[in-house]
Amino acid sequence: MLKRVTRLLPLSALALAGAVQGQTLEVDLGIPRLQVAEYHKPYVALWVAREDNSVAANLAVLYDVELKDEEGEKWLKDMRQWWRRSGRSLDMPIDGLSGATKGPGEHRLVFSDRVADLAPGEYRLMVEAAREVGGREMLEVPFQWPPQKTLEAAASGDEELATVKLILAP
Amino acid sequence: MKKTLAIVAAALTAASVTLPVSAHRAWILPVATVLSSDDPWVSFDAAISNDIFHPDYHAMRLDGVQAIGPDGQPVELQNSHSGKHRSNFDLNLAQPGTYKVYSASAGLSARWETADGERKFWPGRGERPDPEGFKKNVPMDGKNLQITQGSRRLETFVTAGAPSTTALKASNVGLELVPVTHPNDLYAGEAATFTFLIDGEPAVGAEVAVIPGGSRYRDAQAEIKLSSDDKGQVSIDWPQAGMYFLEAEYSDDRAEAPATSRRGTYTATFEVLPL
Repeated sequence: MLKRVTRLLPLSALALAGAVQGQTLEVDLGIPRLQVAEYHKPYVALWVAREDNSVAANLAVLYDVELKDEEGEKWLKDMRQWWRRSGRSLDMPIDGLSGATKGPGEHRLVFSDRVADLAPGEYRLMVEAAREVGGREMLEVPFQWPPQKTLEAAASGDEELATVKLILAP
Repeated sequence: MKKTLAIVAAALTAASVTLPVSAHRAWILPVATVLSSDDPWVSFDAAISNDIFHPDYHAMRLDGVQAIGPDGQPVELQNSHSGKHRSNFDLNLAQPGTYKVYSASAGLSARWETADGERKFWPGRGERPDPEGFKKNVPMDGKNLQITQGSRRLETFVTAGAPSTTALKASNVGLELVPVTHPNDLYAGEAATFTFLIDGEPAVGAEVAVIPGGSRYRDAQAEIKLSSDDKGQVSIDWPQAGMYFLEAEYSDDRAEAPATSRRGTYTATFEVLPL
């Protein structure tokens, strides 16, 4: 079976798509710089959870998409909450969901298509990171959809994630 | 090595497979139970020991250990090896879904006394409890003859991708566990419910003990004792994440003739993940 991997669309393209579609959900993903002997960029899953923990939308799954024989998929289960709620039922890689890992720093991710079908309601942005020979950490940021006004909400991690900021605009 | 699994019941009555009779605990321990990727492999240890999951006594013989895949078909154990204290093998989870690794036996056993009061039992050590042997060796007019229909089953489960249930179907022979909660979907802080069956019917009042692994690093067994309800169910609250050993025993006098009682033991290894 031929499997194609495309990186997440460039931000400009996504932002443009969002502008056409309407509401966007933006995430500033903070990956901490760690002083460790052996550093690998973390695997990170971002998704939107309903109040009952079911998955309303997968946003991005950042992992070693370039490894041969899809080796990188072996560790997807380490994002264990995402794996349970969604990952284990998916056939990765998935175009537009699978993306390459990101190094230390702040990364702006903009989603529009993936949230276009979100029904109005209460949700949580879930961000789960797992690092090879490192730890695992999960953050959540509650929000209401669609946004009534501009919202910026954030959560900060202690180990594998720095600050994760959610930005919504009506 | 016999690998056919055509009719589980036939294999069971033939009892080509007998678990070691011992006060020690027999267990099969997967290194992981929840796996991702298209073609994962998982390794197992199998041993008989006092401390749960601490191989210090006998390797388990693997000729009675079988695996069944998500499609209900047998899956071959690979790279099997028996060392001094433990056996190992690998399983290639070539298709997504849940695999069951198990060893099971069932058959009749008997005790009686001779005319001059000597106690006899069958099957003897190393003897197969097959129907022919029973006919040949057990005197149906023996003094104080007691015939027991017994079963032993030892299991563990691993899943590639999403959990599935085909491999978890009961054989309806002896004491078995069927899921309400999937055995590869267990989390600390979430109660899990399992149903025990005896010959396919709810096993009411089965005595169940659940012991967290790592007992050699603590003072107490930390056993959770439960009894199955009138639906044969138990609900288990896992106190923390880790590997767990479960043992269940059931007996009653509702055996099929010529047996006068039936008894089943069931043991399994479960992995409980942190939420």
